[in-house]
Amino acid sequence: MSAGAPRSLASSGQKSIQDMCHPLSAEESALSPGRAADKDLILPNGTPVDTSSPASSSSLLNRLQLDDDLDGETRDLFVTVDDPKKHVSTMETYITYRVCTKTSRTEFDLPEYLVRRRYQDFDWLRNKLEESQPTHLIPPLPEKFVMKGVVDRFSEEFVETRRKALDKFLKRVADHPVLSFNEHFNAFLSAKDLNKRQGLALLTKMGESVKFVTGGYKPRARPAEFAAMGDYLDLFTPKLGTIDRIAQRIIKEQSEFLMELREYGPVYSSWSSFEEDLHDPLEGVSGCVSNCSSALEELTEDMSEDFLPVLREYVLYIESMKNVLKKRDQVQAEYETKLEAVVFREDKKTPVPTDVEKCQDRVECFNADLKADWDRWENNKRQDFRHLLTGMADKNIQYYEKCLAAWESLIPLLQDKQEAEGETS
Amino acid sequence: MADSGSEDIAVIGNTDLTPSESENNLKNTMVEKGTSLLKKMEISVAEAEKRTGKNAVNMQETYTVYLIETRPVDAASEGNNPVPDSLWRRYSEFELLRNYLLVTYPFVVVPPLPEKRAEFVWHKLSADNMDPDFVERRRVGLENFLLRVASHPALSSDKIFYLFLTEENGWKETVFETGFQAKADSRLKALHATFRVKNPDKRFAEMKHYGDELQAVISQLLRVRARAADRLYGVYKVHGNYGRVFSEWSAIEKEMGDGLQSAGHHMDAYAASVDDILEEEEHYADQLKEYLFYADALRTVCRKHELTQYELEMAVQDLTSKKQQREELATGTIRTFSLKGMTSKLFGQETPEQREAKLKMLETQIEEGEELVKERNSECDEFVKSAWVDIERFKEQKDHDLREALISYAIMQISMCKKGIQVWNNAKECFNKM
Repeated sequence: MSAGAPRSLASSGQKSIQDMCHPLSAEESALSPGRAADKDLILPNGTPVDTSSPASSSSLLNRLQLDDDLDGETRDLFVTVDDPKKHVSTMETYITYRVCTKTSRTEFDLPEYLVRRRYQDFDWLRNKLEESQPTHLIPPLPEKFVMKGVVDRFSEEFVETRRKALDKFLKRVADHPVLSFNEHFNAFLSAKDLNKRQGLALLTKMGESVKFVTGGYKPRARPAEFAAMGDYLDLFTPKLGTIDRIAQRIIKEQSEFLMELREYGPVYSSWSSFEEDLHDPLEGVSGCVSNCSSALEELTEDMSEDFLPVLREYVLYIESMKNVLKKRDQVQAEYETKLEAVVFREDKKTPVPTDVEKCQDRVECFNADLKADWDRWENNKRQDFRHLLTGMADKNIQYYEKCLAAWESLIPLLQDKQEAEGETS
Repeated sequence: MADSGSEDIAVIGNTDLTPSESENNLKNTMVEKGTSLLKKMEISVAEAEKRTGKNAVNMQETYTVYLIETRPVDAASEGNNPVPDSLWRRYSEFELLRNYLLVTYPFVVVPPLPEKRAEFVWHKLSADNMDPDFVERRRVGLENFLLRVASHPALSSDKIFYLFLTEENGWKETVFETGFQAKADSRLKALHATFRVKNPDKRFAEMKHYGDELQAVISQLLRVRARAADRLYGVYKVHGNYGRVFSEWSAIEKEMGDGLQSAGHHMDAYAASVDDILEEEEHYADQLKEYLFYADALRTVCRKHELTQYELEMAVQDLTSKKQQREELATGTIRTFSLKGMTSKLFGQETPEQREAKLKMLETQIEEGEELVKERNSECDEFVKSAWVDIERFKEQKDHDLREALISYAIMQISMCKKGIQVWNNAKECFNKM
C-alpha cells in the first residue's frame, strides 16, 4: 500500500511535495478516532489497525510519524540519537550521545555505525552544512547556551529534551535528499574521531558563518513567491510566540492548581480521622484527589518537556529560513547588479561575461533549492504541528481518563455502606 | 432510616420522601405527637424579589423578600393543582424564627440558616448580597431550612412555625408575645459565661469536641476548595486564548487552516465550560456549609447540657453547705469557716433563741434546696434524655447527608472529566485534519 512515488534525489526541478499524495492521507479517514467499525484496516507494513480507542490510534500516528516523508520501502538511511552519558574529565564535564546509523547506501562503507558525539559535534556539523549547502535550509539545533545557574545541564529532563531535539535534527538531515549525501554528514555519522577544523566551528551564531555571503549589493525586489514566504514567516513568528506564552501560562496555572489540590486532599483525610461511618468515604475522596494530583503533575511535566521545546525549535527554524531568504536576496542582488552593469556596457559589444552567467546560474539554483526546501519545510511544519497538537490533546485526554477512573472507582465505595444500611434498618 | 428512641418522638427520616411515600410510613402516621408537618403540607420557597422601603430609622433600604408557598398534600394527590397559599418573608424574619426555636427547644440541634453574607468566596464569585446568584443560592438554602424544620419530630408541630408559614401579618408580634426574648437573653448570657462543670456527661463532652473538630475541618476544606476553584478557573480560561490564536493562525495557512479553526472553537468551548462546572461545585460547598453551621448548633446543645449540669451542681453544692451549717449549729462545732462563726467566737455566743431561729431558717432553706435539687436533677435528666435522642437523630442525618454530598461531588467530577475527554477528542479530530 505505497502512498506515492518515491522521491527523486536531485534537488532542482523536482515535483513539489505537495503535489504528491501524502503518506498519511490515504489512511487519514481510517485513523480518526471513533471509527470502531473498521475492523479490516491494515497498516502499510501489514499489522492490523486497532481503532477502538483514541489512545491507540494516537500511538499509531506516532509510529507512522517516523515514516512521514519517505515510503517505508524506499528509505535507506536510518539515524537515531540515544543513550546520553556523562563524561567527567579534569578539564570539563559534558554529555555524549550515541548516534546509531543503519544504511544501505553505497556512500557509506559499512551498513551500520555506532558513534558517540557531543553537542559541540552537532554544532560543527550544522555549521559545515550551512557552509557547504548555503542554498538549502538546515534544520535547527536546540539552544546552545543555557544559563548555568538557572538550568541544570545534567538533569535528566534537560538531557532528555536535548536528546530528542538532536535526534530530530539528524532525522531531518537524513531525510533531506541533498543534505543527507553531504560528506560532512557522512563523516559525522561514521568517523571514529571527527577531524574538525576548529576555525570555522568557532562561529556560533547560526547563519552568519557562510563564506557564500556576497554582501554589499543593493537589495532588489523579491519575486512574488519568495516575498510570500517572507510575509508568511513574518506573520507566523508572532503566532508561535503567542502559543508559547499561552502554553507557559497554562502550565503555570496548572501548577498552582496542583498546589491547592495537594493541600485539599489531605483535609479529607484529617476529617476522616474523627468520623466513624464517614471514615471510609472521606478517605476514599482523599485518595481520589491525590490520584488526580499525580495525573496533573504528569500532564504539566509532559507539556514542559515535549511541547515547549518543539515550539522553540520552530522559532529557530524560522530564523534560519529568514536568513536563507536573505542570502537568496543577496545572490539575486549580485546577479542583477552585475547584469545591469553589463547591459549598461551593451553598446561596447562585449560578450556577456561568464561571471554574470555564473551569477545567473547561482540565482536559478538557489531559487530552485529554496523552493524545494520551502515545500519540504511546509510539509514538515504541517506534520510537526499536527503531531504536536494531537500530542497535547492526547496528554489532556490521558489526564482526564486517569481522573475519571479514580472517581468512578470511588462511587461503589461511597454507595457500599448505604446498601448495607438499607438492609439493617 | 431507622426509628429511634422514645414513644414521644418518631424519627421521620428522609426529607426527600414524596408525599405518597411518606403516607406509606404507617408507623409514623399513627403517632400523634411529633408527626412531621411535611406529611400534611408541601412547602417551598419559590421566588425572591427585591423591595425597597423605609427601615426602623426611617432610612431607605433595599432588601430581598422570599416567597413561601404552601399547599396541603391531599390537594396535590387528588390530581388537581390548586393555587398554593403564599406569603413573603425576608431573611431577618427567618432569623427571628430560628432564634425562637433555639430558645424554645434547647435540646434540639436546630437546623441552620444559609449564611448571612457570602463567605469562602473565590475570585469570580460575588460577595455581594444583592448578586442574583447569591440570592438564588440563598433561596435554596432557606427552602432547605424550612423543609428540615418541617420534618423534625419536635419542631414540626410548633405553632409559631406553622404561623410563620401561613400568617403573613402580625406574626412578629405573636412571636414576641411568647416572651421567648427573656429566655433568649439569659440563654445568651449562659452561653458566653465560662464555668467549670465537675461531672459533665462524657458523651456530651465528646460531642462538643466533635463539633469543634467538624467546624474546623469544614472551614479549612471550604477555604482550600475556594482557592482551588480560582486556579481551575484560570486553567480553563487561558485555553480560550488558544481559540483566538488558532483562529488568527488559520488565516495565514492553506491546508492547515480548517483544522486549526475548528480546533480553536473547541478550545473556546472548553474555556466556557468551567462556568457551569464551578456553579455546580458551589452547590457542594453549600452542602458543606450547612454542616459547618450545624456543628455550631450541635455545640450549642452541648453547652446547654453543661449549663443545666452546672446549675444542678450549684444547687447541690448550696444544699450541702446549708446542711453542713445546720450540723454545725446543732452540734456547736465549727468545721467550716464562716464570718458569723468567727464573730460569734470573738464577740460571744448566740443566745439559744437566736440559734433556734437560725436552725428553723436553715431547715426551710434546706427543704427548698432539696426541692430545687430534685427539680434541677430531673431537668438535667430530661434534657440529657431528649437532647441525646436528637443528637443521635442528627448523627444519622449527618452521616446520610454528607455521604450523599460526597457521592454527588464524585458524580460531578466524573461529569467534568467526561466533558474534558470529549472536548479534547473533538479538538484532536480537528488537529488530525490539519
